Amino acid sequence: MSKNDNWKIWEVFIRSKNGISHKHVGSLHAPDAEMAIKNARDVYTRRSEGISIWVVPSESITASRPDEKEPLFAPADDKVYRHPTFYEIPDEIGHM
Amino acid sequence: MSKEEILNMEARFERYVAEENKVEPKDWMPEKYRKTLIRQISQHAHSEVVGMLPEANWISRAPSLRRKVALLAKVQDEAGHGLYLYSAAETLGADRQQLVEDLLSGKAKYSSIFNYPTPTWADMGAIGWLVDGAAIANQVMLCRTSYGPYARAMVKICKEESFHQRQGYEIMMALAAGTPAQKKMAQDALNRWWWPSLMMFGPTDDHSPNSAQSMKWRIKRKSNDELRQEFIDKTVPQAEFIGLSIPDPDLKWNAERGHYDFGEINWDEFYNVIAGNGKCNRERLAARNKAHDEGKWVREAANAYAEKQRVRQQKQTSAA
Ligand SMILES: [Fe+2]
Ligand SMILES: [Fe+2]
Repeated sequence: MSKNDNWKIWEVFIRSKNGISHKHVGSLHAPDAEMAIKNARDVYTRRSEGISIWVVPSESITASRPDEKEPLFAPADDKVYRHPTFYEIPDEIGHM
Repeated sequence: MSKEEILNMEARFERYVAEENKVEPKDWMPEKYRKTLIRQISQHAHSEVVGMLPEANWISRAPSLRRKVALLAKVQDEAGHGLYLYSAAETLGADRQQLVEDLLSGKAKYSSIFNYPTPTWADMGAIGWLVDGAAIANQVMLCRTSYGPYARAMVKICKEESFHQRQGYEIMMALAAGTPAQKKMAQDALNRWWWPSLMMFGPTDDHSPNSAQSMKWRIKRKSNDELRQEFIDKTVPQAEFIGLSIPDPDLKWNAERGHYDFGEINWDEFYNVIAGNGKCNRERLAARNKAHDEGKWVREAANAYAEKQRVRQQKQTSAA
């Protein structure tokens, strides 16, 4: 196998139907974006799972780090007042 | 990290998965957990890929167009399964090119079941019904495995697998209800595939030393023997329904256990096929290597095309 065959990894996102956003379904290798879309069609939509495909080079994704979980997400944990259940409304009012 | 710190982390990890939490690619995990998963997932991927060969053998000779499109679609699915699994292995840091090389060189293992030959059309029925059936039992369990990308690949695979087993059983059903010669062909295929299918679940629990750790890590959720028993209990009535008999004189319903008792499995045969002495080990590897070599020009053409597009695009942007 030649070094050239080590094609880069693309992340694949599929929109299953209009009205729903694209969702990550997996990844694959391809030499370019066009081939990545064709491969994604064959691999991830053989049973009409999608009407639109996005492919993104894996290397272009910047991810938050698992060890940053605390500083990033913990501040939201004690802000109960961001949720509707924090506010007491009498039952007589009904749904609000 | 000091040795003590690592031990602490490992204990925390075990508690974490024991509480049914999932592990994702960038999370900390014990090195052995990572290695075990890479080995298991890549072997699983290789099995999907090599698994195409015994059936591809019959695509051009399927008895009708209906059977042909079904078999073609099934074999295509297996290629997809291989890809989902290689992708899952890559999230653990495995290099796909290396994995493929290990398969082609014979270094990597794949499921021994695919080293058995497929001399008759009934083998397509028996494979779909029994081999995919056994694979499904294992894969349904793995949908709840602790490693997220592996579990997600399994969910996708299981959705596709159920048609595989149904098309196989339908083939067996048609043959079993056919002429005496056709029924005999179906019975012969069942005779040949029954025991190897039971071996697919791996050695008995007392001869499966790594299982305990895998269960602790929630990679495996059920033991080999449990899965095997489940498969037998499910399959025996299916054979009876179409008038075929399971080739095991010791097979008997045990009302007390609520399970079928079954005869001794020939483990010598199992280890012999793993050691490379099955009927088709060499043929399978040769076929895989041939396909890979013959695909070389396609990979080269794709590379050349991608490069041409890249240069053209560069020119356009610099001109603009
Ligand atoms: Fe499969
Ligand atoms: Fe299958």
